Order: sequence, then structure tokens, then C-alpha cells
Amino acid sequence: MIQAIVFLPLIGAIIAGAISIVGAHARNPGGDEVEHHDDAHGVDAHAAAAHDDHGHDDHHVVEPPAAGSRAAEVITTGFLLVGAALSWFMLYDVGFAHHDVRVALFPWITSGNLQVSWTLRVDALTAVMLVVVNTVSSLVHLYSIGYMDEDPYRPRFFGYLSLFTFAMLMLVTADNLVQLFFGWEGVGLASYLLIGFWYHKPSANAAAIKAFIVNRVGDFGFALGIFAVFMLIGSTDFETIFGAAPGLAGKTIDLFGWHPDALTLTCLLLFMGAMGKSAQFLLHTWLPDAMEGPTPVSALIHAATMVTAGVFMVARLSPLFELAPDAQAFVMFIGGTTAFFAATIGLVQNDIKRIVAYSTCSQLGYMFVAMGAGAYSVGMFHLFTHAFFKALLFLGSGSVIYAMHHEQDIRNMGGLWRKIPYTFAVMSIGTLALTGFPLFAGYFSKDAIIESAYASHNTFATYAYILTVVAAGLTSFYSWRLIFKTFFGEPHDQEHYEAAHESPLTMLIPIGVLAVGSILAGFPFKEIFTSPHGVEEFFRASVKMNPHILEGMEQMPHLLGLLPTLMMIVGFAIAWLFYIRRPYLPVELANQQPLLYKFLLNKWYFDELYDVIFVRPAKWIGRFLWKVGDGMIIDGLGPDGVSARVLDVTRNAVKLQTGYLYHYAFAMLIGVAGFITWFMFGVGG
Amino acid sequence: MTTWPILSVVTFLPTVGALLVYLVRGEDQAAQRNVRWIALWTTLVTFAVSLILVARFDPSQADFQFVEKAPWLANAITYHMGVDGISLPFVILTTALMPFCILASWKSVKVRVGEYMMAFLILETLMVGTFSSLDLVLFYLFFEGGLIPMFLIIGIWGGPRRVYASFKFFLYTFLGSVLMLLAIMALYWNAGTTDIPTLMHSAVPRSLQIWAWLAFFASFAVKMPMWPVHTWLPDAHVEAPTAGSVILAAILLKMGGYGFLRFSLPMFPLASQYFAPLIFSLSVIAIIYTSLVALMQEDMKKLIAYSSVGHMGFVTMGIFAGTTQGVAGGVFQMISHGIVSGALFLCVGIVYDRMHTREIAAYGGLVNRMPLYALVFLVFTMANVGLPGTSGFVGEFMTLIGTFKVSLPTTVFATTGVILSAAYALWLYRKVVFGALVKPSLATIKDLTWRESVTLVPLVVLTIFFGVYPKPILDVSAASVQQLVDNYNTAVTAVKAAALMQ
Repeated sequence: MIQAIVFLPLIGAIIAGAISIVGAHARNPGGDEVEHHDDAHGVDAHAAAAHDDHGHDDHHVVEPPAAGSRAAEVITTGFLLVGAALSWFMLYDVGFAHHDVRVALFPWITSGNLQVSWTLRVDALTAVMLVVVNTVSSLVHLYSIGYMDEDPYRPRFFGYLSLFTFAMLMLVTADNLVQLFFGWEGVGLASYLLIGFWYHKPSANAAAIKAFIVNRVGDFGFALGIFAVFMLIGSTDFETIFGAAPGLAGKTIDLFGWHPDALTLTCLLLFMGAMGKSAQFLLHTWLPDAMEGPTPVSALIHAATMVTAGVFMVARLSPLFELAPDAQAFVMFIGGTTAFFAATIGLVQNDIKRIVAYSTCSQLGYMFVAMGAGAYSVGMFHLFTHAFFKALLFLGSGSVIYAMHHEQDIRNMGGLWRKIPYTFAVMSIGTLALTGFPLFAGYFSKDAIIESAYASHNTFATYAYILTVVAAGLTSFYSWRLIFKTFFGEPHDQEHYEAAHESPLTMLIPIGVLAVGSILAGFPFKEIFTSPHGVEEFFRASVKMNPHILEGMEQMPHLLGLLPTLMMIVGFAIAWLFYIRRPYLPVELANQQPLLYKFLLNKWYFDELYDVIFVRPAKWIGRFLWKVGDGMIIDGLGPDGVSARVLDVTRNAVKLQTGYLYHYAFAMLIGVAGFITWFMFGVGG
Repeated sequence: MTTWPILSVVTFLPTVGALLVYLVRGEDQAAQRNVRWIALWTTLVTFAVSLILVARFDPSQADFQFVEKAPWLANAITYHMGVDGISLPFVILTTALMPFCILASWKSVKVRVGEYMMAFLILETLMVGTFSSLDLVLFYLFFEGGLIPMFLIIGIWGGPRRVYASFKFFLYTFLGSVLMLLAIMALYWNAGTTDIPTLMHSAVPRSLQIWAWLAFFASFAVKMPMWPVHTWLPDAHVEAPTAGSVILAAILLKMGGYGFLRFSLPMFPLASQYFAPLIFSLSVIAIIYTSLVALMQEDMKKLIAYSSVGHMGFVTMGIFAGTTQGVAGGVFQMISHGIVSGALFLCVGIVYDRMHTREIAAYGGLVNRMPLYALVFLVFTMANVGLPGTSGFVGEFMTLIGTFKVSLPTTVFATTGVILSAAYALWLYRKVVFGALVKPSLATIKDLTWRESVTLVPLVVLTIFFGVYPKPILDVSAASVQQLVDNYNTAVTAVKAAALMQ
């Protein structure tokens, strides 16, 4: 069954890819001759230019859809729906009936004691991820049928989506670090392709490359972490690693004469990968730019699944992290910082998708706070609920964007609730869930995280507790700001407003299902994710919890437990005041605090900072090494200098035609012949 | 077990083909067509015969197989051929890539077709000979002989600056080889034989090891090429015709790495260990330096050439780490790089044939008219970046994991290569393939032809197959690599133990 779950998307991706490539090849036949008719040139160039102008306001290319588009959609979506159904069954079978699965497929890299094989492993932790990935993915596939209906390259889009799903499933079912890395980079590839799906847009291409490279910075650490694990333990299999890890306590690694604790260093390196993939503080810059991709992609990859891979990885490696408290402290520090930092940026953004993107970044920070506290199941709980309401918010935003003809700036919206009431309703549900309104999904998981930060004995526990509580208020503010500016007030763009219309059914059904999930993912699952007994029963050995954390959370003072809810109400109230009651207030505030406003609007100037300290120097050094290092020093002193002298000599002796090449070849032969002669006579004689 | 000299047949069959080509006279269309078909069939038959080697090869044995030995020159020098698990993959790589080279030159070479094909066929003989000779003199002949056809290919069928490039190529490689020749003589004086298997098992005094190692290093480092003797490669690649670049990147560069494995490590283990830090430094510099330089290139071929230097840095690092994974990873990385870089040069050749320029700025938006090409190019770009699931990952990963326990700083610096390679490779892909197609000159460009697809699709399949299932290559080389590593470690620890006793 697990084979079906994992490989159906791959088969779907291959079929959709084949349809796409056959269709594309039919439109663009092969040939190695370039036509050289000047007239044709002029006309074509003109057509291309005109076409480009048209392409500015929307993404529709005036081209008929590829043949077989419908087939590609139906096949990939059908496979994913089957996979989703099987995943839910698997969750029951593994989580409650305790039938863990481990299927060895075939060997991968084998050399000496390095033995890596392709293996599918399903325990409770994986089963939760399977449900999240396949449920959201199948709904996003369904939604995309409607959302992308005007795009001529749909087969390619569905192929990429299914390819992504396959890589993500390989990631969550990995039984060793190297296969995890395979899935890890595989989702990175799919993300790169999907962000750059509209490849004629320069900004999309730039964002795609940025996402891949920033992720690679994290992967640099991840790879080193794998190497360190292999050096310390001699294996990359999870079971072997977890078995041997306790014996490594007190060991150190010699790194440039500095002797850090081996386990702490390893965990920090591995966590670097998680920071990249989950867009944590310092490596977060790619996520907002990734919004250049089609909105269903943002929902699937940049909200519900791929970006949570870092959280999953830490949970998967919990037996290592539990032995490295210093690394856990760092995890909590980064998590708390990100939760707060991303929320502050979200306050002032105007692009509807970017607001939700920063919100995602911030929520991922919450999850890492739980990871740092050793409350892995609690972090997974938030991952689970967040997948539903964040995918809902993205797909809802997509529905708004679709209704507004690809308008994304919330300053140009307003009053839309009358036009698209269904979208308004589900977006409100998503917002209630995100802000932690009582009885909605996020209420249970987010409050549990804040409690875990409070109960933890981590060095940064208080820091993270304060920041997550504050961030809860900020979250509420920016979320309601988005709702108020989009759906209430007066329309700012009358033309678009008049034309706004509700999305087709293929889009409304998925967001409806997600809205139900945003309510039901919370309370029914509370027991298995947060109560000591439930976690013990459900997760069993798949995560290694901090032994005291869940009991500690239960002893939280009752009044402190109400604090996040209070913050939520305060955030809502301020948003209401700013954007409904007195709309001139935010403008005045921005004018009073221009520095702070600019600082937030420009995202703490991280992009500019990185450009100055990394991008420009790399380019400058590259050019310097090329022109000066290679050109002047090495070539100048070496071959050019020498060959210039040789040329001077030969110029007089030989004509500078190709003939002199033979001359040198001949000299070579003479040399070889001379050597043989020497040998024959010298040795034989 | 062998009843007929398979290895010699594989080695000299291409020469027979070259003779046949020589017999076809004339420069008219029919003669050119015949020449092409003769060359193609020769390489295909050679490849088929070389597959018999694979079928009959016993991977559990570490020693040389298919050995042929006959007295040759004087009393000391024998015609001694044989392959083990380290050399066999290179032999197959050579015979497998040759048909692609012939196909790639099918239309782009229009002058002196006969001579061109002859040069390639003779080059094949010399390359296969290099990888399968077991006598130093024989090796030297093949190794240096390979220079001549390559020199001619660049010098005659190359681009506008071909004279400069072939000059540079020649100067570098020749200087290295002179030193190697001296070392070969020294080895002969020392042991009284030029037989490689014998020399591999005879102890060489430490002082001689140092000098001989340096002399061999001079030759192999140029071939690799290692920093700072790499500057001939970008120029040679840029000027060489497509098939020349393919052979250069895919096979000639591997001779350096093969030399390290065949001579430096087994014959001079103490010197190898002594100089390992030097190699590590040069490798790391190569990886970072050339990746940064690649970022700024304006010529497609130059960019790929610089990236080759970086990738070879992983190989030298892995080999001199002296661990099982490092050495096996080095072998695998060379094979993988042979496939991937060869294919990348083929990709460049395809657009070059259409537009007659390699300037990156002259392209953009090819995906709009060449979807198949975009897909194929993407696969090789990702393999170049070392994405798991492609063969590029396995080699990089193994060399790095093998080096980690020997030298942590080396690994840390070398791993930054994964970031930099992503930067330059994706930048190239974006500039050439992605974007809107606005340049009028590209408006009528066409997608891959049937012939071009035939050359590229098998390489795509191999790249992904070996990325998912590298076992065939790893298994073939495993026993020989293990023996090499064991001998190396025994020699090194023996000296250490002796030093402790004193």
C-alpha cells in the first residue's frame, strides 16, 4: 500500500510530463536549420514583441491548451485522491492499530561500510505527514484544474505538482538520512520549477533561483551533518543512529582546533538544513519571493508541506536533538525570533500573498519553538492544523486574486464580501483558525506551543515564550487587517470590483474541504498530540519526547493560559480600529514613525544586506579571479609568457599557418621515437 | 578463460576503422557520407565488443583480468594489457561515448571529414590503450600519443583562436609529460622493470617516492586539470569542435585521475600521504576558485569548462583521502562527470550549430521554441549541480563523505561547492533557456532533430539511472578499490609503526 501511495504521484508526473513534452514538441518541431528569410524575421520579431506587451497585465498566453490537458489533469488528480484516501487509512492502521511498515526497495549507494538503500518507512510520525501531504496535495490538484484553466501549459504544471508530491513522500518515508536528503533536494527542484513556472517573467526566474540557492546554503549544513553522523556512527540508517547516539555523549569533533561537542555540532549542522527549507530567520529571504509562483503552488509547497519539512526533520531526529540541549536552545532561539520577526514584517505588507507568506514563516517559527522545547508532538500538531488553515488562506487568496483578475495588492481591493461571499466566509474561517480563536484548529495547537515554551527548561524558554505571546497579537492584527482591507470598506478599484465573480466549483470544493479541516483538525486530535497518555499511545517510539514537557504543560497557571487568547482579541481590536473605525490612523502612524515603517516595509533590509555582503563580493571576486588570477598571474607568468617567447622564435622559422601544428605533432613523435630508441639500445644493448 | 585477445581487439579496432576511412578517397558528398558511416559503425562495433568485457568481468576479483602479455621491445618492455575494476569503467566510458561524438560531428564538420574521423578513431585507440596498458612504456606511449590527435582536432577543426588554444594545450601537457618520462626512467632504474603490476607491489624508497610522485603529479595535475595549471582547459574547450570538447571533458581529463589511482597511490603511498594536504588545498581552491570564476563567464563553453575543473577537484580530494568511499567516489565521479559534462558540451554544440555563437547573452527564452532541448538541458544542469537522483550527486557525496574523516576543514570548504555550483549552473540555465523569447535572431530556431535526440536521450537515461542505482559501477570497482585502499593504509601504517618503534 505504501508503494502505491508513494509511487502513484511519480507515475502521474511521468504521464503528465510525457503529455506535456509530446504536446510541446508537436507545436515546436525539430530542425537544425535556421530559416534565413529577412521578412519572416521581421514579422516574427514583431509578433513576439507584441505578444510580450500583451503578456504584461496577465499571464494568459494566447495559445490553445496542449492536447491531452484534460487527461493530464484527471490522471494526476485521480492518483492523488487515491493516495489521500490510502493515507488516511494508513494513519489509522499505523497510529491506532500499530502496524508500522518498513519496505526495503533496493540498494542505492554501497561502498565499504557506507550502505544506503531505498527504503520506505512508515511510523506514526510519517503517517501524520502522509495525511498532510496527500490531503493538501490532492485538494490543490483539484483546485488547480479551475485556477489554471486559462493556462496553455497545464500538463507541465500538473506534472510538476505530482513530481513535487512524490519527492515530498520520499522525504517523509525515508529510513535513512541520505534518502531524506534525496527527498529534500527533490522538493527543492520541484519548488524551483514551480516558482519559475511562468518562465517568461524575469521576477519569477529570479525568485526560483533565489529559492534554490538559499536552500542550498541550508543543505550545505545538512550535508555536513550527514557526513558527521556517518563519521561518528558509521551508518546513515535512522535505527542505527538512534541506537548509537547515547554512546556519543561527551565526544568532541576537532574543527579548526576548536573542540565542540560532537552531537551538538552535528545537530546544529542538520538544523541548518531545516532553517533553509523552513525559511527560518537568516535563511528566510526566499519564501516571500517564492510567491511569484502560481497560487496553488504557494498553498501546497510554501505553506502546507515543503516548508514544514524542516520541522519534520527535527522531529524525526528527536533522539539526537534530545541528547544535545545546546542545539535545542538554538532551535528555540531561532524559532522564537522567526515567529516574532516575520510577524512584524507581515504587519505592513500590501501584497495579499506576501502577507500570508510572512505569516507562514512566523508559524513555522512557532513549530520550532515546540521542537526546541522537546515537545515534538506539539510541534507536529501545529504542523497538522497549520497545513489546513494556511492552505485554506492561500487558496482563498487565490480565489480573491482569480476574482480580481490577478490583482494582488490589497490596497486596490475592498468591499469584496458582497461579491464573493463564499470566499469571504472560508477566508474568515481560516483567519479564525490562524489567530487561535477558541475551538478552531489553531487555538489548540498554537496555545499548546506557547505552553510548551513556558514549561520548558530550555535556556531560551522565557525569550521564546514572550516572543510567541507577542507574535500571537501581531498575527491577529495582520490577519484581520488582510480581511478588513480585502473584504470590507469601499472598493478602491471600481472596474475590477464590478467584474469580480465567484470562482468555479473545482476551486470552491477544495477550499470548502479545507475550511472544514480548519475546524476539525483541532479538537478531535488534541488527545493524540498533546496529552501525555495519547502521545505515548499514538507516537510510541517514532519521536523521543522530552520526558517532562507534557506534564509541565498541564501545570500551566490557568490565567497565563488565557494570555494568547487575550492577545488575539487585542490584535483584532486594533485591526478593527485601524481599518474599519478610523482608517486614517495607520497612515498617521506611518507618517509619525517613518523609520520603523520603512524598516518593516523593507523586511528589515535583509535582501539589501545579503546583496552587499554575499552577492556583490562573490561576483567581484569571481571577476577578479578570472581576469587577474587566471588571466594575468597564471597565464601571464605561465603559458602566455612562455608561448610568447616560443612564438617569437617560431615566427621566424615557420609560417604561421596550420602547417606548424603538424610540425609540433611531428616533434612529439620524434621525442617518443627517441625515447624508444634510447630504451632499445640502452637496455637491450 | 579468454580465448581471444578481447582487450587488444577493443583497443585496435578503431585503428582498423581509421585505415578503412583512409581508403575512402575524395571529398565529395558520397565519400563524406561513407566516411561518417564507417566511423559510426566502427565505434558501435567497438562498443559492442567492449561490452563482452563487462559480461565476462569478475567483479569479485581485485586483480587484473583479460591479461595479455607478449615480449615487445628489448628485454624489459612487454606488451602487457589488462583491466581491473578501476580501469574497466573508463574503457567502457570511452567506447560508449565515441559513437555520440561521431554523431555529434555528423553535420557540423564539413571539411576534411576523413581526416577528422581518422583522428577520432585513432584517439579512441590511444585512450582505450591508456586505460588498459600494464607497462609503463606502453602507458606512456598511449598517454602521450593521445595528445597528438587532440592537438590536431583543436588546431584544425577548432574556432578562431584555435592556434593559441592548441598551443597552450600542448605546452602545458608536454611540460608535464617530460617530467613523467624522467620518473618512469627512475622507476626502471630502481626496480629493473617497467611492468606496472610488479611495480605496484614493490617497495620504492621514500626519497625516490617523493621525487617520482612529484614528477607524475606534474603530468597528471595538468591533465586533471588541477588549480593552478587549469587555464589551458577553458581555452581548449572554447576552441575545440563539439565532439572534441566532449572527448576532452569526458575522457582526456579522466586520464589524470586514473593516473593518480594507478601510479601515485599504489606505487608511492608514503609520498601520497605526505602530499595529501597539498592536494587537499589545491582541490579546495579549485572548487571554490573555479566556481566563482564560472559565475562570471560570458561564454557557455567556458562556464562548463570551469565547472569541470571544480568537479575534478572533488575527484582529487576523494582519491587522496585514501578511504574506500573517497576513492570509489572519485572513480564514480569521474564516470559520472564523463557522461554529464560530455552531454553538456553536446547541448552547447546543438545551439552552436544553429546560431554559431556560444555567447550566453545571445540566447534567452529557448524553452519557448525548444521544449525538448530545455528538458534535456535541465537534467544535465541538475546533474552538474549534484542533485540527488542524478549521477552527479553520488560521486560528490561519496568523495565528501570519504574525505570528512580524514580532513574536516577540506570537506567544509569543498561542500561550499554545492552552493556555488547551483549559482552558476542555474544562472546559465536561466539566461539561455528561460525568459521570454525576444531576440529576433532566435525567432525561427528549431527543437532537437531526430539525430540529436538519439545522442542525448541515452545520456539522460544513464544520468538518472546511475543516480538512482549506481551499483553497477560501484560493484565493478569495489574489489579493486578496496585492495588499493588496503595496500595504501598498510604501507602508511607500517611506516608509522616503524617510526614509533625507533
